[in-house]
Amino acid sequence: MNLATENRNNVLTLHVKEERLDAHNSGDLKAEMLRLFTEGNKNVLVDLKEVRFIDSSGLGALVSGFKNAISQQGNLKLSSLQPQVKSMFELTRLHRVFEIYPSTEEAQESF
Amino acid sequence: MDNSALEVDIKVPNKTRYLSLIGKIGEDIAKELDRFKGDRETLAYHINLVLTEAMTNAIKHGRSDEPDTMVHIVINITEEEIVIKVKDFGQGFDINDVPPPSFEGLEDRGRGIFLIRSLMDTVCYMKGCKGNILMMVKKLT
Repeated sequence: MNLATENRNNVLTLHVKEERLDAHNSGDLKAEMLRLFTEGNKNVLVDLKEVRFIDSSGLGALVSGFKNAISQQGNLKLSSLQPQVKSMFELTRLHRVFEIYPSTEEAQESF
Repeated sequence: MDNSALEVDIKVPNKTRYLSLIGKIGEDIAKELDRFKGDRETLAYHINLVLTEAMTNAIKHGRSDEPDTMVHIVINITEEEIVIKVKDFGQGFDINDVPPPSFEGLEDRGRGIFLIRSLMDTVCYMKGCKGNILMMVKKLT
């Protein structure tokens, strides 16, 4: 999976550089979030600006990251969801679980 | 496109690397359904999603002792509906035993069948001695 990491003001932003987040690549994102929280990072933002498609595996990977954040007393937030991706969060009620921001900048400033 | 009757029959190896190919084929078919009066972009996303979920399911339930098994997908389009059949060769499962996800809990898994059921009009799973078929129907009228 193509991921770009940006560290700014103690917020680690993971830019998902993939058009699809599905059962083929979501395991990589899940492992990366686990690694970041296990290494002691507290504030992680997953930016989904380039993700046009997400399936249940992609949603599950993000839920897993959210649980990693809780167990490490950290925060996992999301930003820049495309409309169809956002609709999948709404259908599965996960929009109530995550803090979701319309832009990367707003999300980074929210920590 | 003249979509009065169209059948697309695809066999791909049961590997997740082919999910995007299958999803894209479904999405392209949906985008060409001129007679569909609803939002074709949304329909295309939903067809992509249910194909991705069904194929992931077929891979997970496939025979681990035969890693080179294929997943067989048939898409039929008529004026009234899209019928998608995804065949796996594993032990099968009872779709009625798959519970809806707990919206209060934080499970990593268990949303795939829920998404398929939410987005399609009819969903059924038929177990057979020569393979199992997940059939999903979306009405177009």
